[in-house]
Amino acid sequence: MSTPRPPAPMSLLAELTHRCPLSCPYCSNPLELERKAQELETQDWLRILEEAAAMGVLQVHFSGGEPMARPDLYTLIAHAHKLNLYTNLITSGVLITAQSMKQLDESGLDHVQLSFQDTDHAEADRLSDFPQVQPRKLEAAQLIRAAGIPLTLNFVLQKANISRIPAMFALARQLDAQRVEMAHTQYYGWALKNRAALLPSRAQLEEAARYVAQEEAKGGLAIDYVTPDYYADRPKPCMGGWGQRFLNISPSGHVLPCHAAETIPALQFDSVRERSLSDIWYHSRAFTLFRGTAWMPEPCASCARKEIDWGGCRCQALALLGDATQTDPVCTLSPHRHLIDDAIAEAEKTDTQHFMYRRMGATSLQKTRL
Amino acid sequence: MPNPASPPIVTEDSCPGFSRGYRLQHDKVREQWVIQAPERAFLADAIAVAILQELDGHTSISTIIDRLAERYQAPRAQIAADVLTLLSDLTEKRILRL
Repeated sequence: MSTPRPPAPMSLLAELTHRCPLSCPYCSNPLELERKAQELETQDWLRILEEAAAMGVLQVHFSGGEPMARPDLYTLIAHAHKLNLYTNLITSGVLITAQSMKQLDESGLDHVQLSFQDTDHAEADRLSDFPQVQPRKLEAAQLIRAAGIPLTLNFVLQKANISRIPAMFALARQLDAQRVEMAHTQYYGWALKNRAALLPSRAQLEEAARYVAQEEAKGGLAIDYVTPDYYADRPKPCMGGWGQRFLNISPSGHVLPCHAAETIPALQFDSVRERSLSDIWYHSRAFTLFRGTAWMPEPCASCARKEIDWGGCRCQALALLGDATQTDPVCTLSPHRHLIDDAIAEAEKTDTQHFMYRRMGATSLQKTRL
Repeated sequence: MPNPASPPIVTEDSCPGFSRGYRLQHDKVREQWVIQAPERAFLADAIAVAILQELDGHTSISTIIDRLAERYQAPRAQIAADVLTLLSDLTEKRILRL
């Protein structure tokens, strides 16, 4: 049986480090954070950028952790820029100063995505577990726009901040951001640990959708609204399909089809220290295992939507069912959909404000993975 | 703060260029042209590419229309309509600046 050559990747998420001054309880990094000593060297990242550009990657998203914790960030941005890759910095903003902004600007940075926890200062402190975080973010936004670099604000939505969505849009306009990402928390890793304290109710979800529609009607601001898949009938086509468009490189050099993929215990992820990026993308077991539709069980295998939602998210199937090869339980055709409905019911009746904050070693006593 | 209700008016005297964070780029691997934009890329068709390649922030739209009418041996009015429609749309989206 011949299979067509898989598509070339469009987008690379370069997680330069897991170190971060903030401790947000919904962080998308894995529970087992990689330490500084494990991180790739500058030379490794320079080679990765060259290989990515040659393969057809168009955009590089420098992320973390906090990517500005790496002193070679400017060198990497400048190299990516020289390779004609579009360079995006995904940052909390707390390390942006007039001096670092000048260096970012001079290295040819194309765009910044600045994350916010809330518009309420006390709540921003509570979520990030970082005192006086908001004034630093606001100052970062002003420095970014003063340099003329386009800005996206990213707000992570959860049950405590949905009522302030109109204020978030107002802040975006005030800061002259071009785009806003209103992203409902996705429940993996840290966010799954804290799900009862984060997951909004159905009524809140409807409230959020109403605010977004009202803002869209005004125009002048590009809005990306990321819905919480728990409230959908069909699963999200995670990363546009496993190994279809997107690749993620962890601080230590593991190449992943998505940032949560390392939670799947049966999978071994190859490292850029040992294999070329192209060899890993096209030939490694981890990338080929769930690529396409041949791996699918029922009800996916005979589903008309199998190349629309690609069976949903493998990591979610693993996290909630203990089996990454099952249909994403978000799908109402899954025999396990009740797990999602139970989680919604639990979050609705829970009033907990207790978080397990993201920290190195926070889960080290825990033997079992999710 | 820019007022979203009144985007700048694009006329034949305007000299648009790409805003910072946006550019026209040839995708060698897929053999297509794209407009690179914040966390997305738009496919550009052949007509859009011909127009956008002329932009440098100094040349007026009027001059660009003349050049394209000459190059493609097409009626100026028809070229002008295509050019102004595309450039107005991209200016409204802040992809171009005047």
